[in-house]
Amino acid sequence: MMDERNALFTDQTLARAIAFIWREAELLDRRDYRAWLDMWDPKGHYVVPIDPRTTDYASTLNYAYDDHHMRELRVQRMTSGFSASASDAARTVRTVSRFTLSGDSADLVEVKSSQIVIAYKRGLSTIFAADLTHKIDMSSGEPRLSEKVIRLIDSTEALSAIGFLL
Amino acid sequence: MSTPTYQTIDTSALARRAESDRIAPSLYYDPELFEAELERIFYKTWVWVAHDSELPKPGDFVTTTIGRQPVIVVRDKTGTVNVLQNRCRHRGATVCEEHKGNAKGFTCPYHSWSYALDGTLRALPYGDGYEGVCEKGDLPLKKLRVGVYQGLIFASFDESIEPLEDFLGGAKPWIDLFMKQGAGYPIKANGEHKFRFKGNWKIQLENTTDLYHFPVVHKSWMKSIDDETAAVITSFMTSDKAFCRSLGNGHSLAVLMPEFVDLDQDDGAPLPERFNELAAQLAEKHTPEEVRRIVRSLMGVGFNLNLFPNLALSMAFFRVLRPISAVETEIRHVALGMDGGPEEANRARLRMHEHFQGPLGFGSPDDAEAWERVQRGSYAGPDVPILVNRGLNRETTAPNGEKTAHSTDETGMREAYRQWRAMMEQA
Repeated sequence: MMDERNALFTDQTLARAIAFIWREAELLDRRDYRAWLDMWDPKGHYVVPIDPRTTDYASTLNYAYDDHHMRELRVQRMTSGFSASASDAARTVRTVSRFTLSGDSADLVEVKSSQIVIAYKRGLSTIFAADLTHKIDMSSGEPRLSEKVIRLIDSTEALSAIGFLL
Repeated sequence: MSTPTYQTIDTSALARRAESDRIAPSLYYDPELFEAELERIFYKTWVWVAHDSELPKPGDFVTTTIGRQPVIVVRDKTGTVNVLQNRCRHRGATVCEEHKGNAKGFTCPYHSWSYALDGTLRALPYGDGYEGVCEKGDLPLKKLRVGVYQGLIFASFDESIEPLEDFLGGAKPWIDLFMKQGAGYPIKANGEHKFRFKGNWKIQLENTTDLYHFPVVHKSWMKSIDDETAAVITSFMTSDKAFCRSLGNGHSLAVLMPEFVDLDQDDGAPLPERFNELAAQLAEKHTPEEVRRIVRSLMGVGFNLNLFPNLALSMAFFRVLRPISAVETEIRHVALGMDGGPEEANRARLRMHEHFQGPLGFGSPDDAEAWERVQRGSYAGPDVPILVNRGLNRETTAPNGEKTAHSTDETGMREAYRQWRAMMEQA
């Protein structure tokens, strides 16, 4: 009985987490970045590492390593109209799938997944493929994003400018 | 050196295509011209390939590309840095595909010819098929000429090229000043951002000493930093101490923060408030003088130094360009740190690099957007020149030939195109 209850609990937790991640994906594709900011725990970090193996993000160079302040600045930049690349950014459609739940804390769940973003700009579609890890705080009624790590499969290669959020 | 194989351009027309104050738009997209640039510039002159700190131990290597030619930069057992063509002498396969690492030697994956760190061919399987045909000693990985200045490693395919220090010439004192941002520690390469844009390499070459674009293109970045820093960084617009200067051999300089040209000269101004917390941390292990020295160096030096054709020492980072085709270019922005220096200060430097540079930075994507717009727009009106004449009315020439004008002027670009023309016109 215990195992079944645990399995049920895990299924429900994973389902809630997936719904949360898909809502985030929708906001990002719609460029509703203000609403995206509200999904975050202010203490959390948004990370796009370069080094495929690093977990010490603070001591290595990343594409992005945003605390709350930098996330706000980033969103401000992308919505201000003062950035030529952000004002004329690619349109994106993303698929997030291959979800697995790791970690056994009921309050902080860790979900690993895959993400394929197709970014279209000026007649060209570009693929950004990545492994994602979301850490989601479930301790209060509303889930909160406490860390998102986006590991692009080609992170050590030359990329084109990314005028949107991964 | 490689033998030129392309003679398809009309060199007599180059003077008309690249005049001293304007250039023909086709310089950005003519594929035949691009092939000639590889032959006459990138396969002839000194090209930057790595920094000493990337190869601290014997066997350490990085791979890179000069023009289209893949090379390995490797430190051998004697400590000498070799730059080797990344190409097996048998059938031409690359012998290394890692970006960086440590190796005892390089073995071709095709038929297992194996080479030492100095390029010597050590062994090949079933050697009886070569008895009396060829000698191993005649088939090392081809070596390039190597020159090192202040830890900057350059290579050239031309064995007879002038010494590196002669080529750097008037840029050398500025390289020395740039390296002072280690604040008493050696400079180390500390990660890099790489990105590509759809445009010609010379559009990026022009940009390094183009301060005119900064307040326009980087407005969104300026709005994301504090007013104090923004005021310091854009002081060049009005300061009479800021300037742009040609340094000869295609090199040029743009000074944007005159008070940070020589980091050993402390003007005693209060440290920026945004570094208060870091300064307090540093004060636990460093003297007040050391804290000032480190914090004043965090943003790098107050100038961009453009070294023809592929390297810039730009405030706090190295900018490296690689031409992919006439219409595509790869840019690397190498972050710098203090080797053995305080970790918290190195982390602060990384965060500043991330803030501006790279495909997700607040600065680089806007640069790339502007450059791609130049590329796209340049097809309109093939007979309408690209102007590089800003500041000709206020340019002065020193006895050593260096020309100086306002910081926002295009003196640096004119110097790059002067060198470009000289190299392209050579037989």
